[in-house]
Amino acid sequence: MRIKADTGVCVGAGQCVLTEPAVFDQDDDGIVVLLTDQPGDQAAARAREAVGLCPSQALSIVED
Amino acid sequence: MTETVASELPAQAFPVPRGCPFSEPAEYARLRERAPVSKVRLPGGEQAWWVSGYEEGRAVLADPRFSSDRRKDNFPNPTGDPRFRERFRRQPPSMIGMDGADHSAARRAVIGEFTVKRLAALRPRIQQIVDGFIDDMLAAGTRPVDLVRALSLPVPSLVICEMLGAPYADHEYFQSRTAALIRRSTPSDERLRASDELRSYLADLLARKEAEPGDDLYSRQIARQRTGGALDHESLVSTATLLLLAGHETTANMISLGVVGLLEHPEQLALIKSDPAKTPLAVEELLRYFAIVETATSRVATEDVEIGGVTVKADEGIIVSGLSANWDPAMFSSPGELDLERGARHHIAFGYGPHQCLGQNLARLELQIVFDTLFRRIPGLRLAGPVDDIPFKANASIYGAYELPVTW
Repeated sequence: MRIKADTGVCVGAGQCVLTEPAVFDQDDDGIVVLLTDQPGDQAAARAREAVGLCPSQALSIVED
Repeated sequence: MTETVASELPAQAFPVPRGCPFSEPAEYARLRERAPVSKVRLPGGEQAWWVSGYEEGRAVLADPRFSSDRRKDNFPNPTGDPRFRERFRRQPPSMIGMDGADHSAARRAVIGEFTVKRLAALRPRIQQIVDGFIDDMLAAGTRPVDLVRALSLPVPSLVICEMLGAPYADHEYFQSRTAALIRRSTPSDERLRASDELRSYLADLLARKEAEPGDDLYSRQIARQRTGGALDHESLVSTATLLLLAGHETTANMISLGVVGLLEHPEQLALIKSDPAKTPLAVEELLRYFAIVETATSRVATEDVEIGGVTVKADEGIIVSGLSANWDPAMFSSPGELDLERGARHHIAFGYGPHQCLGQNLARLELQIVFDTLFRRIPGLRLAGPVDDIPFKANASIYGAYELPVTW
């Protein structure tokens, strides 16, 4: 699986960073930054949770 | 607006005052079972759609066809007093009243102040503030202590004052005006005056910041606007008022209710006392369970929208009840049970969609630190009287407790 982030839609709520800081970060303006778009097994489940929590639906999953 | 005939509406006006903090009003469950979206009457006599269901609530809040513009006709006005809408039309909206690109620009101007990293750097200072107020409680020697005045209000007030650059010495001034604003029983004249006084207080403060900037959020907002062109004083005041108000009153009430909830469920409290690693998820459950901000998630439809089996017509008002959604058994099994290990982070206590609470991660941090520190430092903390004697804010736009006498 791959994670996609739409920085134009992101509202900087930061829920993704709280959920999986190994995958998600925020820039100085609060907008999502992907640290990797292909999380390993352990991080993948939490990255999926982050996608479901994102209030602006800026995150999505692309299944390979 | 198409008026639904009065006989089809629930007899009681919505939102219904809460009977106690440990249940939702019985009318909410009844209405949710009947339909996830239905028409209700507001206390002032207007009608609006009431969203009871979790899925439908999230859908409304994520849907750009629902506007947050409080100036529009039929944006839910629980008081029914037209002067509130008139007031919204006279002053520039803060970001909570904006839509689309305007909202996005306003939010992006401040969201960088609230990143997870920026907040994590505040942790030691917040810990110090919490310890300081607990030191004062322990040193005072008198019991019972009103936890609202000793801890719940001062902690978030001091934290937000330092962040924004507002003098904490003025806390009585802004706390009393905020209290008047959120109390539904406050006469309209008094509420409007409280709102005007808060704005003029912040206009004065911002004028001082303009002349003498500090290392704080308000000063940085002024500098940011100046870089982008001319200063828009009125819109700066709108943002400043929103941040000050939302920054202290909400967290204060969650602290008080969280303490009551934990003390009344000692087996649950024991879980976080023995393992503070459980506190972050425990805080999520407390947020879900108490859902203190109920009707800030109001909207008005800009076109006809099909939702939950009904058609919400263009220009009709709609209220997503955070409490009802967070107690929807279709999403949270046994919602009336406080289960700190539920692991439910998808509640809508902070709203949902592009307007989801800007300060949510500050609130989380403050709540985690307060609960961990309070019960570690005062392990024998207990309510000073029966829970039924606590004056809860049954009829306020932000639920909480007016006083919380505790002893140890």
